[in-house]
Amino acid sequence: MSAFLERQTDETFVLNLGPQHPATHGVLRVKLLMDGEYILAAEPVLGYIHRMHEKMGENRTWIQYLPNTPRLDYLHALVYNQIYVNAVERASGIEVPERAEYIRVITVELNRISSHLVWFGAFVMDLGGFTPLLYAFDDREHILDLLEALTGSRLTYCYFRFGGVSCDIDDNFITGTKTFIKRMRERLKMYRSLVTGNIILIKRIKDNGPISEEMCRKYGATGPVARGSNINFDVRKHEPYSVYPEFDFDVPVYSECDSMARYMVRMDEMEQSLRIIEQALEKLPDGPFLLAKAPKVVKPPKGDYYQAVEAARGSLGMRIVSDGTNNCYRLKWRSPTFSNLSLFGEACQGMLLPDALALMGSLDLVIPEIDR
Amino acid sequence: MQTDNLKRNLTLIPGVTLQEIVYATKGYNLDVQANAESVVQVAQEIDKAGFFIEAITGVDWLGEKAALKKEADDKAKAAAAAAATESEQQPSLPVNESPALLEDELEIVYDFNHYTSFCRLTVRVRVPRSNPQLPTISAIYPGADWHERETHDFFGIKFLGHPNLIPLLLPEDSDFHPLLKDFKA
Repeated sequence: MSAFLERQTDETFVLNLGPQHPATHGVLRVKLLMDGEYILAAEPVLGYIHRMHEKMGENRTWIQYLPNTPRLDYLHALVYNQIYVNAVERASGIEVPERAEYIRVITVELNRISSHLVWFGAFVMDLGGFTPLLYAFDDREHILDLLEALTGSRLTYCYFRFGGVSCDIDDNFITGTKTFIKRMRERLKMYRSLVTGNIILIKRIKDNGPISEEMCRKYGATGPVARGSNINFDVRKHEPYSVYPEFDFDVPVYSECDSMARYMVRMDEMEQSLRIIEQALEKLPDGPFLLAKAPKVVKPPKGDYYQAVEAARGSLGMRIVSDGTNNCYRLKWRSPTFSNLSLFGEACQGMLLPDALALMGSLDLVIPEIDR
Repeated sequence: MQTDNLKRNLTLIPGVTLQEIVYATKGYNLDVQANAESVVQVAQEIDKAGFFIEAITGVDWLGEKAALKKEADDKAKAAAAAAATESEQQPSLPVNESPALLEDELEIVYDFNHYTSFCRLTVRVRVPRSNPQLPTISAIYPGADWHERETHDFFGIKFLGHPNLIPLLLPEDSDFHPLLKDFKA
């Protein structure tokens, strides 16, 4: 119990935030114990869209489960494809052609930018600025068009396969992506002058919602939340997977621990993702995009396997236990927002309600991923 | 090295065994087998070494003991049969009866990771299926609170001393545990 809770209060009341509230970005409910405008205690209530994806994993064959994966996080869906195929490939010892790995990185990074753009628009809208959302969705539309032409879907992509990707990228995609990179750099410049330097934004989120390094560790916070708290941790660098070691990119880290730091991390990350895509397009090797003998049925050998990747919201993990049959024996998703949200109750104690909403926005919540 | 220190401290705890894992094939570095009595102490050591908590989950090993017994029985039978044909005698040697079937277990799996050192650490604890309980580590890692509630939802594992062990992802009045292998909807 914090010192704030022990304070004598004359009158408190319970305020329900959600489950239908624009600031919670989905069906999340937060039970707030209030003392006037100040929060004494907050308890997130989860499970409104719990679908038991982990049980579904046990009931389906390995390949049948693949279309489930993007449904967990509709904003950065491809990384869920990636972690699942990577985990199964690691367990079954499937080698992936280099071109396929490059295509995976290009599409995952494009998807990461589109995810950050939604966060950017929604976060600024939470703070009362409506216009940036429209700019961000305009940019995001370009990415969705590129990915739709390639994969056939706009949000819940099921593009990766065990041993590669379902189809090759064409010249249209490559030129389209190059044009997008050029455009996005200009737009990021505009966002910096239009939003980042805006005095209203700075007043709202500077020194707002401090999350200490120690709090990150105790709750297992990762991704931009940890990197805004002076923790240099990015799975792409820490436990390199795919072809990430081939690219030159930086991990933005800010030490202020406030909402502004988390905002800056994500803004810088978009630029870094552009750099990765640019290098990947330049180095893109020829060759098959899918193994010639890509397995139609996989039966990973008995045992348990772990896979981690860097999703837009942090370290995404997956543990699979195989009993050597057609179906997975046990499948566990470690979702980054689940851990990131779990610190909200402690972090928002003693804050004004609107400030707590700014803090919540800076966590970048995607509820289907928390509820699974 | 910090992790070497941790390994040494962990082996000093009674009931704990360590196993180095090949990262490339398995995706983690160190496997720690603990039990319900030692898990809190293990978590304290891991906390002291500066690890952060990734997740807690369970695995239901229903039918494992029966499968192991069948395997052992088949082996014994095959050995007896081989011995019989070799000596061209009627099977006079009695087939060794394997001991009575042990109770199946639930496994609790804790994942830890480090922000700077490259060491992904997995702690496993097994508890009997009929009485699945072990102490909570939420006092050491507050982040474990939700993970333990989720594991209780899915497997019915009781974390003793947990401050708020009510359903997290399942409906608030649910009394079923869907990830148990004998769960029928």
